[in-house]
Amino acid sequence: MSSELLELYVFVLAAFTGYMVISRVPPLLHTPLMAATNAIAGISLVGSLIAAGAAANRVATILGFVAVVAATSNIVGGFIIVDRMLKMFKRDVPSAKKEEVTAK
Amino acid sequence: MTRDVFIQASYLAASISFILGLRMLTRPDKARRGMQLAAVGMLFAVVGTLLNHTIVDYRWIVGGLVLGTVIGYPMGTRVPMTAMPQRIALSLTLSALAATLVGVAEYYTRMNAGTPPDRVTMTALGFEIMLGCITVGGTIVAAGKLQEWLPSKPLTYKGQNFFNGLVFLAILVLLVSVISDPMKQWAFYSMIGISLLFGIMLVLPIGGADMPVVVALLNSYSGLASCATGFAIGNVILIISGSLDGSSGFILSILMSKAMNRSFTNVLFGAFGSEVTAGTGKTSEGLAVRSIGVEDAAIQLAYAQLVIVIPGYGMAVAQAQHMVRELAELIEKRGGEVKFAVHPVAGRMPGHMNVLLAEANVPYDKLYDMDEINSEFDRADVALVIGANDVVNPAARTDKSSPIYGMPILNADRAKSVIVLKRGMSAGFAGIENELFYDKRTSMLFGDAKASLSGLVTEIKNV
Repeated sequence: MSSELLELYVFVLAAFTGYMVISRVPPLLHTPLMAATNAIAGISLVGSLIAAGAAANRVATILGFVAVVAATSNIVGGFIIVDRMLKMFKRDVPSAKKEEVTAK
Repeated sequence: MTRDVFIQASYLAASISFILGLRMLTRPDKARRGMQLAAVGMLFAVVGTLLNHTIVDYRWIVGGLVLGTVIGYPMGTRVPMTAMPQRIALSLTLSALAATLVGVAEYYTRMNAGTPPDRVTMTALGFEIMLGCITVGGTIVAAGKLQEWLPSKPLTYKGQNFFNGLVFLAILVLLVSVISDPMKQWAFYSMIGISLLFGIMLVLPIGGADMPVVVALLNSYSGLASCATGFAIGNVILIISGSLDGSSGFILSILMSKAMNRSFTNVLFGAFGSEVTAGTGKTSEGLAVRSIGVEDAAIQLAYAQLVIVIPGYGMAVAQAQHMVRELAELIEKRGGEVKFAVHPVAGRMPGHMNVLLAEANVPYDKLYDMDEINSEFDRADVALVIGANDVVNPAARTDKSSPIYGMPILNADRAKSVIVLKRGMSAGFAGIENELFYDKRTSMLFGDAKASLSGLVTEIKNV
């Protein structure tokens, strides 16, 4: 099997997995989901690193460098934001609170 | 050889951690750990890549990583939650930009070395550039509109769809010609410019309230662009992550359009807010609204058993989410119950209201989706509408001539009484009159949402 066909297999299966997993994310977390997939999309850093470091020619190196900067800032900023957001989602503990009040 | 095995193992570990991380995002209590796992996976992928034997010079890489971290850190820590829609749009710009630049570098390098890409690779490169540039152009405009550097009203002109269609046709012609003959460098480079232009033209006519759909759609484009990068440079981790990103954007845009009862094409080419002058809708003439003072509204809320709060973009604009939480706590302390009804398209991005309310410390088990809460309005004593309009407009159910007819709405009109916090009697984003405001059971509390809410809090304390 040619490598392109194999890549196509990977694509289809990954898209399928993604669809199955992500369609179960509740609307409550849709904003963190967008931020998370954006941070993960920073994976284009992988391609950028190769372009920046292969020393093929000056143009490719500079384009790669800019791509590394863009992708890195996306990953660093993205994961920090997701964490900040998810930290805010807290559950209510009314029973625990009430007990506290009555104890006083 | 062992090096290659190590690289592939790091990619496999990264892929698994991404999928598990997203899987844990289905549960609010596990989501945070899931994302930390994904971040570790990202680190694996980067370290693995650095071992790649084609990398011979690390100076630019180190410089880029350092500079990117310096830029990214404040973008993560400093951006306020209220600015999240434009921040998300901007991060789409960045990831699409990276994908596009990698594509251009790859093409340039191959042409420069005299080994033009074959047709399969060229197809991947072509799609990568096209989708990447459309996303970059589109998200920059979207971010500008959301930040209000650009007017958030739809910018329309006569023959707009025709012109955009022509531009898109031009992109397709260039794409086909560069795939059939990869030596056509002019076609490749002009496709970059025209795709950027198309992205900009595509989003300019789209108004603020339609942004959730557009941002989600551009999200799936940027994912597909990463995917295409993976095909072009033969890298599996890019294909996997790109398709995860792509399917997330795809699912969200479908959910958003469903929640507005509109098709993609209608959102993209309908320029909603501009055409409603023609759309009839009932006019307000002869009808009177009942205005209410803070004191009376406070009494209604203070003695209510069940209050359902319906937040909208107006709450975000007035930064009123903290005041809402305070009000809710006060009502609960008096023995009432408070629930929050969140419409899927409330705000400017999917889940916008949830994040703002979570930031204000509203526990997430009090936030309900439309389907969960709609049956409960019958037993609600007060539906408190804060800066929401179209999502509670009964015309969506009854008035076939209304532009929002068929859109699923929150059943605020079924509550025993309705209090609407609103700045003035201006129509909602869609420019349609809202019958709910003229209903016998509805009282309007005019003024800035934050000021009204803090008035309510003070009054309820005195009741």
